[in-house]
Amino acid sequence: MDVLTFLLEPLQYGFLTRALAVTVAAAVVAAVLSCWLILMGWSLMGDAVSHAVLPGVALAYILGIPFSIGAFVFGAGAVALIGIVRSTTKLKADTVIGVVFTALFATGLAIVSATPSQIDLMHILFGNVLGVSTGEVWQVLVLGALTLAILLFKRRDLTLLAFDRTHAHVIGLNTRMLSALLLGLLALTVVVGLQAVGIILVVAMLITPGATAFLLSRSFDRMLVIAVVLTVAASVAGIYASYYLDISTGAAVVLCQALVFTAVYLFARPDGVLWQARRRRAASRSGSGSTIARSAAGVPPTPTPPTQMPPTDLPAADGPTAGAAAAPPSASRTPDAALPGEA
Amino acid sequence: MTALDLPATVPVLGVRNLSVSYNDVHALDDVTMSLGAGRICGLIGVNGSGKSTLFKALMGLVVPRDGSVELFGMSSASARKQGLVAYMPQAEEVDWTFPVSVSDVVAMGLYGRLGAARRLRAADRAAVDDALERVGLSELRKRQIGQLSGGQRKRVFIARSIAQDARLLLLDEPFAGVDRASERTMTALLKALRDEGRSVLVSTHDLAGVPELCDEAVLLHRRVLAQGDPFQVLTHGNLALAFGPAPAAPAAPPAPSVATVGSTAAPAAAPAAPPAAPNGES
Repeated sequence: MDVLTFLLEPLQYGFLTRALAVTVAAAVVAAVLSCWLILMGWSLMGDAVSHAVLPGVALAYILGIPFSIGAFVFGAGAVALIGIVRSTTKLKADTVIGVVFTALFATGLAIVSATPSQIDLMHILFGNVLGVSTGEVWQVLVLGALTLAILLFKRRDLTLLAFDRTHAHVIGLNTRMLSALLLGLLALTVVVGLQAVGIILVVAMLITPGATAFLLSRSFDRMLVIAVVLTVAASVAGIYASYYLDISTGAAVVLCQALVFTAVYLFARPDGVLWQARRRRAASRSGSGSTIARSAAGVPPTPTPPTQMPPTDLPAADGPTAGAAAAPPSASRTPDAALPGEA
Repeated sequence: MTALDLPATVPVLGVRNLSVSYNDVHALDDVTMSLGAGRICGLIGVNGSGKSTLFKALMGLVVPRDGSVELFGMSSASARKQGLVAYMPQAEEVDWTFPVSVSDVVAMGLYGRLGAARRLRAADRAAVDDALERVGLSELRKRQIGQLSGGQRKRVFIARSIAQDARLLLLDEPFAGVDRASERTMTALLKALRDEGRSVLVSTHDLAGVPELCDEAVLLHRRVLAQGDPFQVLTHGNLALAFGPAPAAPAAPPAPSVATVGSTAAPAAAPAAPPAAPNGES
């Protein structure tokens, strides 16, 4: 079988072209959103919202309304509920998120089990991308385009919110509104994505592309582009793998994204773990710690990854300043710095 | 440089009888202070003395239990909306792995007066360039912020407030983790900003640079212990009140008896080296 046949054969089937369209559209939107989600420290929030939409989807099927309406209502409701519980107790955010989304997920399971004939639970949980109708394709494309347009239009504010929420507040931006906007768009993205890969695996689409791109980027715009390119590649590869290997489509797409992440984690230059290990070996061979000597001489360790505080200034500080540098940030960092609950 | 149409008699910063509590803990108790235009004020105290809480109250991030905050004769919210206030976070509060460049961060100072999409026009890019030039980071503008030294990192945020053209700069521990040379550079920079009529409030628990930098000082330990000329504020007795003897119960305000004990126990220490200050922090 030549390459062209390999590529074109699956596309003869209408259901596979529709699956490809839905998966790529959902993956692109989720990848763009994931860049902010992981920088905000909201990955768990993506997990929560995607699970919390189950009762909404189930009720929508029962009532005969579009599943996206039910899913969005419950996704946004979960976000609001998390915010309320968070701001009225002293519980930490991850605890509140855990309590709320499992309760909603269980509610969904209860509803589904009470009306077994109408709903295929497996399709909601793991997606049914090979069974989507043309109408559902349009639903995904329109919602996806809308979400993407808002995200890109407000991208600078959202990046500022993720980077320095206090500064955003101090220059008069409404940080609560921005948080609420991002969470609303998260709910929309979940709605878009669950058609493609289902409730469980949409979480991967919301986290993995951003995480992969983060390892490769030092500027945010570049991170967005990398996330989109890699996720499109993984989605297409996943669909073909699903066709030729006869495995679940959602699983194949998410596995391809995980493979891309693994490859970047291991092989990316200069920060992949294999290159790190190689540098360490080279450093230990060429005598003890050249980087340490460089730091002490006040040379910024430019080739090293930017994950560490360069020690350049620290050795020179003495007395109270040194103590200050090592001191914990006292009460100044509010526990809600990474908190979606505020919205 | 835009001139500000505000009467010179209105203080840049006016805090009256401010008290802030977190649940049962009194973070600030009856704090009254003011700051005029073109002044640098050092806010001095140990960690946990309420410096950060005072900053948060000035920025409208905590709700006071009692008292009031006015900036430029108006509410904090109005002053913020007009872009009059800038804040430099402590190094620990910043995610240095974040994928933004030096010039990206400086441009964030302009967002308050840009259109909804925050697109930079030519004049805005020029403002970013000027700000980078003033702090000496033009060469490093493309660097990811984590690839800078401690002193350079601080200067990025000063450049951001220059681009913003803020009138009141709130700097939270700007000299922590900064070497002496960088500290001197920043001191000169802040004085130049002051000479343009901007006001600067600097929180610090490092006393060495205070007389050199500050026109006035406020010594804080939940209450205002002393304020005025830096040399008068930083007397042995006052420092003992604020910094030592190591408080046995950090959550409680210093008992009156500490004042007498401290003022006789402390004179051995030089003013530039507060006795055991950073160790007794809460």
